[in-house]
Amino acid sequence: MPAYEAVIGLEVHAELETASKMFCACAVVDSTSAEPNTVTCPVCLGMPGALPVVNQRAVEMGLRVGLALNCAIPPFSQFARKSYFYPDLPKGYQISQYEYPLAINGWLEIDLPDGMTKRVRIRRAHLEEDTGKLTHTDGHSLVDLNRAGVPLLEIVSEADLRSAEEAEIYARKLVAILRYLGVNSGDMSKGVLRIEPNISVRPVGSSEFRTRTEIKNLNSIRSLARASAYEIERQIALWEAGGQVQQATLGWDEARQVTVVQRVKESADDYRYFPEPDLPVLEIGPAWVEDVRMGLPELPDARRDRFMGQFGLSRYDAAVLVAEQAVAAYFEAAVTAGGDPKGVANYLTGEVFRLMNSEGRDRQDIGAIRLTPPALAALVTLVRQGTITHGVARQLVETLYAAGGDPAALVAAHGLAQVSDADVLGEAVARTLDAHPGEVARYLAGEEKLLKFLMGLVMRELRGQADAQVVARLLAAQLAQRRG
Amino acid sequence: MTFDRAMVAHIAELAKLQLSDEESERFAAQLSDILAYAERLQALDTEAIPPTASVLPLRNVLRPDVVEPSLPRGEALANAPDSADGQFRVDAILDSEGGAA
Repeated sequence: MPAYEAVIGLEVHAELETASKMFCACAVVDSTSAEPNTVTCPVCLGMPGALPVVNQRAVEMGLRVGLALNCAIPPFSQFARKSYFYPDLPKGYQISQYEYPLAINGWLEIDLPDGMTKRVRIRRAHLEEDTGKLTHTDGHSLVDLNRAGVPLLEIVSEADLRSAEEAEIYARKLVAILRYLGVNSGDMSKGVLRIEPNISVRPVGSSEFRTRTEIKNLNSIRSLARASAYEIERQIALWEAGGQVQQATLGWDEARQVTVVQRVKESADDYRYFPEPDLPVLEIGPAWVEDVRMGLPELPDARRDRFMGQFGLSRYDAAVLVAEQAVAAYFEAAVTAGGDPKGVANYLTGEVFRLMNSEGRDRQDIGAIRLTPPALAALVTLVRQGTITHGVARQLVETLYAAGGDPAALVAAHGLAQVSDADVLGEAVARTLDAHPGEVARYLAGEEKLLKFLMGLVMRELRGQADAQVVARLLAAQLAQRRG
Repeated sequence: MTFDRAMVAHIAELAKLQLSDEESERFAAQLSDILAYAERLQALDTEAIPPTASVLPLRNVLRPDVVEPSLPRGEALANAPDSADGQFRVDAILDSEGGAA
């Protein structure tokens, strides 16, 4: 069987975090918790004669994303009607953009697992309105139009991704950028982001494009990774069995972990796009674009490079820290408080992430943990000064994570300071060797691996607070004495 | 351009209309007439005229991102043929039938 590669492009639909809807002054609310149909008006209900008016903030947020993704901003932008009949949009059409999107021809650079980078081309980003929410009950469907008309930015990549993993890396980075820009919370459980990959496969080395399928409405990056991986395998198996992939729209069955056909496309969708007559065109001149560009925050790549240059971090560590804006901010706060950057990075990406993972806390919520950035900085400093050992520091991270507090005070209160007094350590070594004559004899008879075991016993005797270097020196000396 | 019955059937499907054979026949003829009339515009030389999306002399009509009160739910649902639990109620539909975004 020849080796296959996937050809994947992603459409990402991101709700924009404006206060009001795209074309009317209704509030944008959390559609997963708000009472149904409490934020609607004649415009988003599609009442005859109601006139939409474009939300300026939504346009600016779209421009921010476009510029952050290295897109060109055409001087002329226009809304269009996308006609279809479905109860999630009461007008019978969705206001979207078609021929003249807000942003075109950009790119996003991703870090691949093998250490290489890849530039994924962005075809376009356009503004549109979100649809309502349907709930299916016995013989009926219920329609909640709170979400209808919420600003949505559709970001379309070229089919430059070659595996499910690359699709996942791209999506994670894109979501991080949206969060940095303050245009989307990235909280996929609230439905504010949906991802739709289109996927085909081909033998490695071929440049053909085979029939592709599209998976609709994936609502987590984990689903994107799993659904894409499943679909790639399914298509390869089909070609290998001499079959054909049929062009279709698929859904992802989360429970069974399989893609299922929703609709077979026999002809191209016919949405009869035409310019939206109710909305005058947008002219976006260089002055406006520059204004938005000046307001852009430092983005993940720039921050990663700065962390490498300013703090001497590895590219990998820096990338992990900047992947989540809140983590990067936490790290910088700890460094500003006097923490050694590499030490802070190590404890943050090691112990702190482990504790957060174990309680299922999202990294973006790091600001809420009890271990504060100054406390972590103080802890790192205590280790650097030799006041406490790494082992004690790890325990302290756990204590501070659970209950907060001041590391220096805890060290004093519980007598956790590192013991490096040679007399005290020497006594502990002697006690341990006396208590284990058998092991000592075997060591002296040539079983050298027991040295580690004896070392561990001494360290335990001293509750992990001993200066390991001093203990090792004393242990070697006393064993040599006993050799006679 | 003339409209044949297959084209009428396609348009009818997009518009979710069910037409009888007799109606399809009649509309094919009528739509052909309408198109023929509009096609007279094709005779004009538009080479030097830029594409026109809107004849209104308006640009960048924008509103500030400010929330105003929405309709009370009772009013929003008042014209609905059917509603339940504060929601519009329609005949059952399958997710697979459409939906865009």
